[in-house]
Amino acid sequence: MEERKTPRLGKSSPTPVPEVSPESTAALLRELVAHLRENRTQLREEWVRRITESKLLTAMTREEIFAEATSVYDNYVAVLESGSVEALQAYARDLSERIIPRGVETHEVVGIVLLLRDVLARSLFKKYQSDFGLLNRVLDAYEPAANRIANTVAVSFVQERERIIRQQQEAIRELSTPVLQVRERLLILPIIGVIDPQRARQVTEQLLRGIRANRAKVVVIDITGVPAVDSTVANHLVQTVDASRLMGATVIVTGLSSEIAQTLVTIGVDLSKMKTVGDLQGGIEEAERLLGYKVILEQTAEKLP
Amino acid sequence: MRVPILKQGDYLIASIQSALSDQELMQLRDDLAEQAGRFRSRGIIIDVTVLDVMDSFACRTLRSIAHILRLRGAQTAIVGIQPEVAFAMVQLGLALGEVQTALDLEEGLALLNKRTQREGPREE
Repeated sequence: MEERKTPRLGKSSPTPVPEVSPESTAALLRELVAHLRENRTQLREEWVRRITESKLLTAMTREEIFAEATSVYDNYVAVLESGSVEALQAYARDLSERIIPRGVETHEVVGIVLLLRDVLARSLFKKYQSDFGLLNRVLDAYEPAANRIANTVAVSFVQERERIIRQQQEAIRELSTPVLQVRERLLILPIIGVIDPQRARQVTEQLLRGIRANRAKVVVIDITGVPAVDSTVANHLVQTVDASRLMGATVIVTGLSSEIAQTLVTIGVDLSKMKTVGDLQGGIEEAERLLGYKVILEQTAEKLP
Repeated sequence: MRVPILKQGDYLIASIQSALSDQELMQLRDDLAEQAGRFRSRGIIIDVTVLDVMDSFACRTLRSIAHILRLRGAQTAIVGIQPEVAFAMVQLGLALGEVQTALDLEEGLALLNKRTQREGPREE
């Protein structure tokens, strides 16, 4: 016992760093797990207290925090015992699914796991304070496992977030590019929101499919809802116009605001090949003219109430 | 395989049946140039519906076919370019220039009717 106390003080007797054989690590972990099970109530309460103190998980009530803390704690101990993080991964994913919609941030999740790690380490310090060497070996066994757990939880959380973001992007994309038929052989494509290259590509694909499906001759693309047009977007528009022409359809672009028009002229984008009309109404009228429609106002609108 | 060329009134219809090698494309060009003169055609339709790839050589050949046939007094319309092909072509910067395009055979015939009428009916 004596020599163990000072393995790091550089005493002349080369006391070997206590060898970490797998068996002894396993035994230590078993001991550790027993300790954590024994003090479950107390440590858990300590942890929840620390969470509240650090103002983490403010989106959840105290009872919810306590309930989650309990299951995280049990999972944590189970992982320490079995050494397998798969169950924890599944749990962390499940937990993230529940708490992300409530506005829990990444730093909070990482924070509480690190707090738990801290709380448990402190209880170990307390338990083994009389035997420094043993404490060292316990920590040797504990820390890699604890780090792995913290890592797993953080990664699962971030993955879940990313999955949700991807899902939402997908949903927005689905919503944002309707191709609508307003007359026989006339489509309109109102574009709302920022156009990034990926979306521009998608808009074009949808339009070309729409042209084939509806046998369109004229397409009106309305970009009133596009906040900014730079050279990339302008080039995409030109490409869309060219591709539509290859499919035998004429494209009319409408809704270029004065700012956008000025920007385009200033940055020198060549849109001379493109047919443009001021607003959507004008665009549709022009399209009707091209298609040979003639809209006549019969009377003053007396059918309206 | 040679691309079948069908005569329909004043028009010739070349209906491509499968992906073409460069050799076959040039064969098509020669055949069309020869037959347009023999049948005194006023319009030619090239149907590319089955093609799911259009490379630069194909585009250039189609362009030159249209050019040659214009010199021989006929209009050319390319019909049936698929959405994916159209998009790929503009992305790769492959243009058909002044060549007429239409959605499908029906549209192509309508287009040629309009274009050839504008020049006045031919006296038989």
